[in-house]
Amino acid sequence: MAVIAGRPKRGALLPSRLASLTDSRAGSLAIFIVRRILWMVPVVFFVILITFVLMHLAPGSPWDKNGGRQLSQTVVNNLNARYGLNKPVTEQFWLYLVNVLHFDFGLSYQYEGKTVASLIMTSWPYTVAIGVISFLLIIPVGVGLGVLAALRQNSRVDYITMGFATFAASFPNFVVGALMVVAFSVLMYKATGGNFFLPAAGFGPDDHLVLPVITLSLLPIAFTARLTRASTLDTIRQDFIRTAWAKGLSERLVVVRHILKNSLIPVVTTLGPTFAFLVTGSVIVETLFSIPGIGRSFVVAIESRDYPMILGTTVLFSVIIALANLAVDVAYVFIDPRVRLTE
Amino acid sequence: MALPAVAVEQLVDWEVPEKQIGLWADAWQRFRRNRLAVLGAALVLFLVLIALLAPLLAQFGIIANPLKQNVSNIEAGPGQAGFLLGSDQLGRDTLSRLMFGSRISLSVGILVQAIILPIGLAIGLAAGYAGGRIDNLLMRFTDIWYAFPDLLFVLVVVSVFGPSLLTIFGAIALVSWVGLARLVRGQVLSIKEKEFIEAARSSGSSPFKLILKHLLPNSLGPIIVTVTFGIPNAIFLEAVLSFLGVGIQPPTATWGQMVFDGYENVYSNPSSVVFPAIAIGFTLLSFTFIGDGLRDALDPRMRR
Repeated sequence: MAVIAGRPKRGALLPSRLASLTDSRAGSLAIFIVRRILWMVPVVFFVILITFVLMHLAPGSPWDKNGGRQLSQTVVNNLNARYGLNKPVTEQFWLYLVNVLHFDFGLSYQYEGKTVASLIMTSWPYTVAIGVISFLLIIPVGVGLGVLAALRQNSRVDYITMGFATFAASFPNFVVGALMVVAFSVLMYKATGGNFFLPAAGFGPDDHLVLPVITLSLLPIAFTARLTRASTLDTIRQDFIRTAWAKGLSERLVVVRHILKNSLIPVVTTLGPTFAFLVTGSVIVETLFSIPGIGRSFVVAIESRDYPMILGTTVLFSVIIALANLAVDVAYVFIDPRVRLTE
Repeated sequence: MALPAVAVEQLVDWEVPEKQIGLWADAWQRFRRNRLAVLGAALVLFLVLIALLAPLLAQFGIIANPLKQNVSNIEAGPGQAGFLLGSDQLGRDTLSRLMFGSRISLSVGILVQAIILPIGLAIGLAAGYAGGRIDNLLMRFTDIWYAFPDLLFVLVVVSVFGPSLLTIFGAIALVSWVGLARLVRGQVLSIKEKEFIEAARSSGSSPFKLILKHLLPNSLGPIIVTVTFGIPNAIFLEAVLSFLGVGIQPPTATWGQMVFDGYENVYSNPSSVVFPAIAIGFTLLSFTFIGDGLRDALDPRMRR
């Protein structure tokens, strides 16, 4: 954890010129952010290294055919020369690193003449659209359910919400998605004679989004609801809440100003992992609903051993996740003044 | 200081429970009182039984051969043409395939835990006990590891080494041990500072004995809970791989593969996706219930 409570070791490893920066909160925040960004560099480096090594450990070459006529040696040599696979592995790795620094992720093996970057840029918007809509759904619904369950603890609302959360957390999203397709696409289509149903495939800015977004959001909603409920229960029992009630504040004021403000702090920290989930969840959801997003293209790349595409997507995912976690850590400092920065 | 005889008598007269209830008996009692956990355990036991008996039942013709195609009866609904749960797009018996599929799911779930338990324990104990450089290395390593989402890493490994049973088990184990190692480390770090460890150390316990006799048994509760929650996670990962088409290859019956096959023919034969989906969902739910029950039973302080 980069953010912990307690006294910091201020300026322990800093040159004296910078030490004055740590005296102010803003200064220590700036240093914290810079350090976290710098820490991303080795993380991404190792992600590239591990993925790169894995691909070169792979038995066979990407030009092997599963059955059928194999390519002749001349063709394979030409392909290797074209994609730079004839160079020593260390040189390939170095070249890849240099290229990544220039945002050049190489050429895809499966689509002749297309760069990985251009392929990612065509599929990315679909994933972002569904991810953003899900994100906007997860926060209010998850938090709302959690607060409601906590305020009416041990009531029917509480039991139903927590029962739902347990189910949603256990049923994998591809199972939920498939079952929803059966219910809302197939059976509903058959029952209404094709007049009313939700589409099970494709992408459009309309009812095509309903099933994918619900499928993607269900698990994060369940987690958010559970966490919000637990932290709200903690907050409700604090003295300052009793004071707020005793002062005769309205329920709305107590809940919004006093309870929510404090119980949402731990929820913020889960937004990073939620983001990571939306990124990987898209692999499943896009396959399930035939959406031409980055998750789908990742699976296709894996099936056809398109190494530059796999590598590029993995790097992109890991950078996004690292950035999301960084953003959460920084946001946390702003939200909770009790937090001190270390490391 | 000697106690007066009367005081001793009074002490003896105190009502002492007949039987000393130990930690484990106590935990077992609490677990038994949790209805959902017991339900989950019963379902899992039932599933284990099915998984063990499936080949035998198929041998004696009580259930159909899971690979036998019956081309004249493809996509039969439940109960039709002698198929209790219907048949798939090749006329294979869904019930029999479900029963055989449970063998894959359960063995992935349990074997992966068996693989990662010694690894996670060894590394977690070493890092937590030794501290310093080993600890730092582990923590930095897990930082990097967490930058990869589990599913992506498993997908990459399986794509590279091909979808064999061994690769899939290995890949899932590879992403699962980190969490366990971190947990063990955390446990060891918090227990290490307790007085009884200091006492053991000052009375000359060797580090080896200290770890095996004190640190390990005292962190057993959370380890058991983590391993229990690891089972559904591994089952889920294997099912997703099969669903995405990069898992254990057909014609072997796996639940994820069955959802995938059923989903391709969802319009003409919706029941062939519903049954495997329900099987996966309720199996994972059962393990979650057991895990929740164990957590409440083994760590009374955690209870609300």
